[in-house]
Amino acid sequence: MTVVLDPTAGRAAAGIETAPRLSSLEGATIGLLDISKPRGDVFLRRVEELLTERGATVHHYRKPTFAKPAPVDLRHEIATTCDAVIEALAD
Amino acid sequence: MSARPTVSVPALPDDGLVAIIKRDCATCELVVPVLGDLARTHDLTIWVQDDPTFCADIGSRLDADLAVSWHHDIETVPTLIRRTGGEEADRIVGWNREEWIAFTGADSLGDGLPEWRPGCGSLSVDPSMTDELTVRFSGSMLRARRIEVAELEDEMEMAFDRGWSDGLPVVPPTEARVLRMLEGTTRPPDQIVATIPPDLVEVTVEQVAINAVMAGCKPEYLPVVLAAVEAACTDEFNMHGLLATTYFSGPVVIVNGPIVERIGMNSGHNVLGQGNRANSTIGRALQLVVRNLGGGRPGEVDMGMQGAPSKLGWSFAEREHDSPFEPLAAARGLPAGTDAVTLFAGQGPIPIVDQLSRTPESLTRSIASVLLAYAHPKLIIGFDCIVVLSPEHGRIYSEAGWGRARVMAELEPLLVRSGAELVRGAGGIAEGLPEAMAEADLPKFRAGGLQFVHAGGDAGLFSSLIGGWVSGDVGSAPVTVEVTP
Repeated sequence: MTVVLDPTAGRAAAGIETAPRLSSLEGATIGLLDISKPRGDVFLRRVEELLTERGATVHHYRKPTFAKPAPVDLRHEIATTCDAVIEALAD
Repeated sequence: MSARPTVSVPALPDDGLVAIIKRDCATCELVVPVLGDLARTHDLTIWVQDDPTFCADIGSRLDADLAVSWHHDIETVPTLIRRTGGEEADRIVGWNREEWIAFTGADSLGDGLPEWRPGCGSLSVDPSMTDELTVRFSGSMLRARRIEVAELEDEMEMAFDRGWSDGLPVVPPTEARVLRMLEGTTRPPDQIVATIPPDLVEVTVEQVAINAVMAGCKPEYLPVVLAAVEAACTDEFNMHGLLATTYFSGPVVIVNGPIVERIGMNSGHNVLGQGNRANSTIGRALQLVVRNLGGGRPGEVDMGMQGAPSKLGWSFAEREHDSPFEPLAAARGLPAGTDAVTLFAGQGPIPIVDQLSRTPESLTRSIASVLLAYAHPKLIIGFDCIVVLSPEHGRIYSEAGWGRARVMAELEPLLVRSGAELVRGAGGIAEGLPEAMAEADLPKFRAGGLQFVHAGGDAGLFSSLIGGWVSGDVGSAPVTVEVTP
């Protein structure tokens, strides 16, 4: 019987638990993360209008480059300040 | 299946003589009476490799799993070892009367025997046993999970079914193959090489070796693969972003230094193509590491929209001996003659055809005109490039005495575009730069965004370019790492 060695890391990537879903936008703090793609700002401005109409407070964030994961500090700030985040791609 | 247990090795006596013999050896048969004499006069231990009845009357023991022979590096039988104070003091092999007398201090030995007979090969070094013994005695250092391939399962198909393959067959990573691969490096198997994205897993030398086996590498390529993995996992190279992009690029591995010749890499004819094992497998091994250990699979974190054939793995060597320039790794700051890999986030190649230029000025203009068009003629600074200069083009520079610095200086003004031609809408093309840049003169490449490497066969008045992805701090920068044994 052939025996081979497992070429994988032998485990799945650490699971990440998502935050609880919001039942209402009223009074919620929503982060808008612009990932620095062209015209992401256009999309997010419209999202901001719609959120504000529904009683949410909006905070703006921006990744330095769309080509890399968001810096740890930025992720931490969003996670500790906002109830939810909307991340925008655009082109 | 759990890890292989460590095999225990019978201890040899602290002091005395130890003989290792086998029945299937005429010289061992010949010295049986001599061993009988020594057993009476000396403290003698006899280990037999094959037949437990051989010399049983004088107290031989069977080296059943060849543990004694393996761990004491027995290459020839008979071997006679003298041990003193728990250490081996000396050994002799084969039969030589004078040597045996001197070695044992006996007055006479083997009367009636020939003066001299060569020994036979030890069973522990029999080529048909080597793999099995290597696994038996060194397998316990391998930490990876063992997977038994069922009798009715095809091990090649099994690798596909488990998602370990890039789409081409992989070499099944058996313990024997992985142990042989690990002989290609002096690094211990459990040493951490890098933390690999996107799953941010710490990968060991052993895990890289397993994937190098699957890619088809020979053991001597392993140091290059290890250096490529290190380079890929740096923040500057940004392997995570390179995977996640919808763009075409993958890691391109360019090798410099004496190791190129040592491991038989191709820097000549068809250098960017198929046909050379090292070129075809080193880059592939890196991509299998990214896939199997990092978790970067197409359609998951690897979001390549069309991808490129070069993403299967692309590695090649620089043709250094007749290059007009210093090697790429030297241009990037390592001492000339250093074994090194340079990783570049790119794809290609894209031809640069110029069969008529005979002056460096004309050739430089040709190269600049193709470079200006890379990705889109109206897009600038965002993409790095590597020019792969052919020997016939290179000769034009060497005959004119143009080195790398001169060529780069001559290229610089040729690679500047007027912003008015590049803004959105210019030329009837929506793609382009913001209107605010219309007044500026703009370079095609960021500082340090253009590299040259010399490679290819003797004939052909073409060069090529390897196009890059989002460049520099916002994307990926080339990374050069020394290859160490």
